[in-house]
Amino acid sequence: MHPAPSVIVFTALSGLGFGILAWLGFGRPDVTGSAAFALYFLGYALAVGGLISSTLHLANPRNATKAFSQWRSSWLSREGVLAVAALLVVALAAIGRVFLGGAPAWLGIVGALLCLATVFATSMIYAQLKTVPRWHHPLTPALFLGYAVAGGALISGDGRIAGVLLLLVGAAQALAWLQGAALFADSGSTAKTATGLGRFGEVSLLEPPHSGGNYLLREMGFQIGRKHADKLRVIGLVLGVLLPALLALATPFGAVWAGLAMALHLAGVLAIRWLFFAEARHVVSLYYGYKAETPSVERKTT
Amino acid sequence: MTQLPATTEKKLGLVIDLDTCVGCHACVVNCKEWNTSNYGAPLSDTDAYGADPQGTFLNRVHSFQVSPPEAPAMTVHFPKSCLHCEDAPCVTVCPTGASYKRTEDGIVLVNEDDCMGCGLCAWACPYGARELDALAGVMKKCTLCVDRIYNENLPEEDRVPACVRTCPAGARHFGDFADPQSEVSVLSRARGGMALMPEQGTRPVNRYLPPRLKDKSLREDKALTPVGEEPKGFLAWLDKALEAL
Repeated sequence: MHPAPSVIVFTALSGLGFGILAWLGFGRPDVTGSAAFALYFLGYALAVGGLISSTLHLANPRNATKAFSQWRSSWLSREGVLAVAALLVVALAAIGRVFLGGAPAWLGIVGALLCLATVFATSMIYAQLKTVPRWHHPLTPALFLGYAVAGGALISGDGRIAGVLLLLVGAAQALAWLQGAALFADSGSTAKTATGLGRFGEVSLLEPPHSGGNYLLREMGFQIGRKHADKLRVIGLVLGVLLPALLALATPFGAVWAGLAMALHLAGVLAIRWLFFAEARHVVSLYYGYKAETPSVERKTT
Repeated sequence: MTQLPATTEKKLGLVIDLDTCVGCHACVVNCKEWNTSNYGAPLSDTDAYGADPQGTFLNRVHSFQVSPPEAPAMTVHFPKSCLHCEDAPCVTVCPTGASYKRTEDGIVLVNEDDCMGCGLCAWACPYGARELDALAGVMKKCTLCVDRIYNENLPEEDRVPACVRTCPAGARHFGDFADPQSEVSVLSRARGGMALMPEQGTRPVNRYLPPRLKDKSLREDKALTPVGEEPKGFLAWLDKALEAL
């Protein structure tokens, strides 16, 4: 799938932003006054910045407000509704903590749960798609939530919890990468089922329908070299998980260390999220001559 | 209304005969012509006369080689457009309500006035039936020529989708799959009409008729066996006469 920068930035920034706001909602850290202002400002800047970025990939943004209407069936619509609800409820708690010296605990918890629900809805936009087998898996929502919670924990002031959460999400990420390549083959979709011609024998593309590109190939025909993917995996894990976990576990973990850990974490998540899109294959590529990989062969050839 | 109707009164769709299709792309051209000048935004082309021409099409013809284990390979031309699925995943993912499936005839349509061009419906479709128009910024897809099939200003023989009307080989058929006696239902039953990618769970309405098997003599590889080692009779005389020259 085409790794559109606006969507990568959106999922990475808003995931971290909602993670931070969720930790604040649970009262970790239990801050008021100017410290609360700084942390809520950071959370809002990331969450809202990400949401604004997501509108940049719309081809017809004047209809964007209609996206709140179809929450009964559409995860994208649910995400919009939940994001607005989360930002409004969290704002009430934030006003209390920053200006009035405190806010009811239940209000913070409701806001925090809405933040996590928003991240879950974002992940389901991808996880619901049967057409992209690498995404259509429980690890997709687990990882989106995991990065939000682990990244948000970097503001909690508790380095041990943050470090352990980061290492856990790193392990889940490694698991997702290990099994990801096989998911396309496991989906059962092949050129044989795509054309219905498998009963006669092997099916291969003789001539594509057009000599130039088209929307489908631009959007879903993206391919990444195996070597680059491996490098990005290392960069993503080192920056996004290992270094921030090290800082969280091995330093006094004051504001400066936590800020540095968060910057590194965000850079790593951006690399990992780029891979999330770039490595995902859409079943429509079967109509354009793509052969579903068997893991051992695919890793050598691409 | 991006929730799917439980059932539709009619199930309008196409039967595409892979045995008859000659891969001429006339359906592609006539589809583009009709749909660029009628319902909704035109189907734009970019860099049409330049080095990298691209455009929006609602119907495309792929060509596949099918290689049976013990017979010569065959070419199968494969027209592909929206299959108007009963469980259309493109409809339920739509956040704005622009995509919908009509209760009366099952046609899947996009209301372009509501589309925000997010492209998620195109991701949800396994068949590549939806293309976002590069100029209009809205999603385009096969309408089953909804502006022809009910159009009383057209002569009756023209009230079928443009691709069906134009096919010179008669490889495309249009009708109601909810009616077991309709031409498309009978044809699909008689020839073993196939659904594409059934494992995706979309329950497509359109059906594809598989190609018929080729002649037996070819399949048994007899075409090029020599008829005899030594010439006899007239051929033997001719052989000698030509040797002597």
